[in-house]
Amino acid sequence: MTGRILLGLAGLVLLAFLAAPSAFAPLFQPFTRNNAPAIYTQTSLLSLTLSHLAIVAVAVAASTLVGLVLAVLVTRGAGREFLPLARTVTAVGQTFPPVAVLALAVPVMGFGTGPTLVALFLYGLLPVFENALAGLTGQTAQVTEAARGMGLTPRQRLWQIDLPLSLPLLLAGMRLTAVISLGTATIGSTVAARTLGEVIIAGLLSSNTAFVLQGGLVVGILAVLIHQGFQALERRIRGRMGLA
Amino acid sequence: MLLSPPGVLFALIGTAGLALPLVQFKPNRIVTGEGIGLHALPLGLPLAAALCGLLLATCLGRWPAALRLAAAVSGFVTVILSLGLAASHLTPEGNTIARVSPASGFWLLLLAFGLMLADAVGRLRPSLAMRWLMLAAALGLVAAILASGLLDGVSVMREYASRRDLFGREAQAHLMLAFGSLGAALLVGIPAGIAIFQAPRWRGPVLGVLNILQTIPSLALFGIMIPVFGWVAASLPGAARLGVAGIGVFPALVALFLYSLLPVVSNTLAGLSGVPAATRDAALGLGMTRPQVLAQVLVPLALPVLLAAVRIVLVQNIGLAVIAGLIGGGGFGTFVFQGLNQTAMDLVLLGALPTIALALVAGIALDLLIQAAHRGTP
Repeated sequence: MTGRILLGLAGLVLLAFLAAPSAFAPLFQPFTRNNAPAIYTQTSLLSLTLSHLAIVAVAVAASTLVGLVLAVLVTRGAGREFLPLARTVTAVGQTFPPVAVLALAVPVMGFGTGPTLVALFLYGLLPVFENALAGLTGQTAQVTEAARGMGLTPRQRLWQIDLPLSLPLLLAGMRLTAVISLGTATIGSTVAARTLGEVIIAGLLSSNTAFVLQGGLVVGILAVLIHQGFQALERRIRGRMGLA
Repeated sequence: MLLSPPGVLFALIGTAGLALPLVQFKPNRIVTGEGIGLHALPLGLPLAAALCGLLLATCLGRWPAALRLAAAVSGFVTVILSLGLAASHLTPEGNTIARVSPASGFWLLLLAFGLMLADAVGRLRPSLAMRWLMLAAALGLVAAILASGLLDGVSVMREYASRRDLFGREAQAHLMLAFGSLGAALLVGIPAGIAIFQAPRWRGPVLGVLNILQTIPSLALFGIMIPVFGWVAASLPGAARLGVAGIGVFPALVALFLYSLLPVVSNTLAGLSGVPAATRDAALGLGMTRPQVLAQVLVPLALPVLLAAVRIVLVQNIGLAVIAGLIGGGGFGTFVFQGLNQTAMDLVLLGALPTIALALVAGIALDLLIQAAHRGTP
């Protein structure tokens, strides 16, 4: 219960800060030097936050869609030939540093939001795909038997059994992807994407800790809220399916 | 089945790669260049035909996995050699300004043969010893190609040649950041994990704090460390003499260390909790003292889970250490961000490729170690 109240408070403080950042200036003033501005004003923090969230949302949605479709494809029919390959590729892919992927996407896509989206999408694919795969293949023998006994066609089994039952695991994959993407998107600002990283980098360049702190805090609070939101959703679905 | 579906996929990617430009030729480092295909080079046509044949042949029928592996390796090496060939052919004699960089065709061909390689290794199901041998052979092959000078004309290698000493120093700094923070995290994290294993009351708060630490974006955590350590160095007598400073390697090291704590602590706890109570009771029943049970029973049995934490942390830190380049902490990130600032992509590659290679090798080597450790435990 206290956890929930704290979360609500953090959310409210975040909203208040984004709505009227200048009201918080006294809080950040001690972290500046030589009368540097305490609040980042080049671009409105609210618009940066929205753009940051939009980039993350698009990337997570795309990687969820593609990851899920790939997981369905490699678990049935002719796609099964690809299963060992897919497992190896996901294992190897996860060792690729996101910063390196971001940097390598720049020559192909130029500066801006594009490379960030691609890097987040590629990096987000793996957790979603892995979890979807575990969800789709992890059904107990009884469930499989029951589905066969009921005379479900493969298509019916996919839509009525496998996909609904893998939903909690899929959500857990999306949660991982979303939280990683939130942090990684800040690095996108080094290649001129409009994210909250802009604030942090401005702080680094002008050695203004107040900027670094406010950028980092906004992203951190967002990450905690999104993490908890997904977890609450997972618990609810698990509860409804009688899994928990 | 007449066709192998993965083979068809690799052939599609590979032929697309053959159709696209293999390299990009630039009169100097900054301007955009023109793409040149493999077929436009001397010896290019037979090479392209050989690659095409290899791709088509592996589509057909069921090759034994070992043969597939050989085909993938030879394709891989041929693609890399074509790159070297293109570079030495296109660069005019004595010209040090012109650049030949790998283009989309090269990367697609590399992807096609890399996937083929992964598929073949997966099907071969090699033993543990065989996997170590393969890793060593792959490293040896890469080292041999780099040492042979065949790729010296390629832009990335030219960037390397012009800053050989710096590269060595940054490589050292990168390794120091990744391994140093790992070592510190193990030194602090394992005792902390053991402590919260024995005092369950503390599990919630400790893991909660570490979890929140993990949500701070890496860029911000690195940034926050600078003033913190600047202040420590300025106000604590003796701190500066010990190497504590607001800029340079120290803040980066501490930021990486903080990120590493959660995986180490939570995996130590998970590994210790995973040991069956019956095993612990049996050890106590044998007359072992509690410290003996911990050191001789619990920790060895938790080893695979601990190694899994080492893998997570090491791979993550090798990647995150790139960001240290942004705050003057050194490492390969220096090249990445310098390159991004100058829009000199060859310089970006010089930083990104070794980072990826390092993370890959560390990941594979630790996977093998984890498998070996699993064998030691039932």
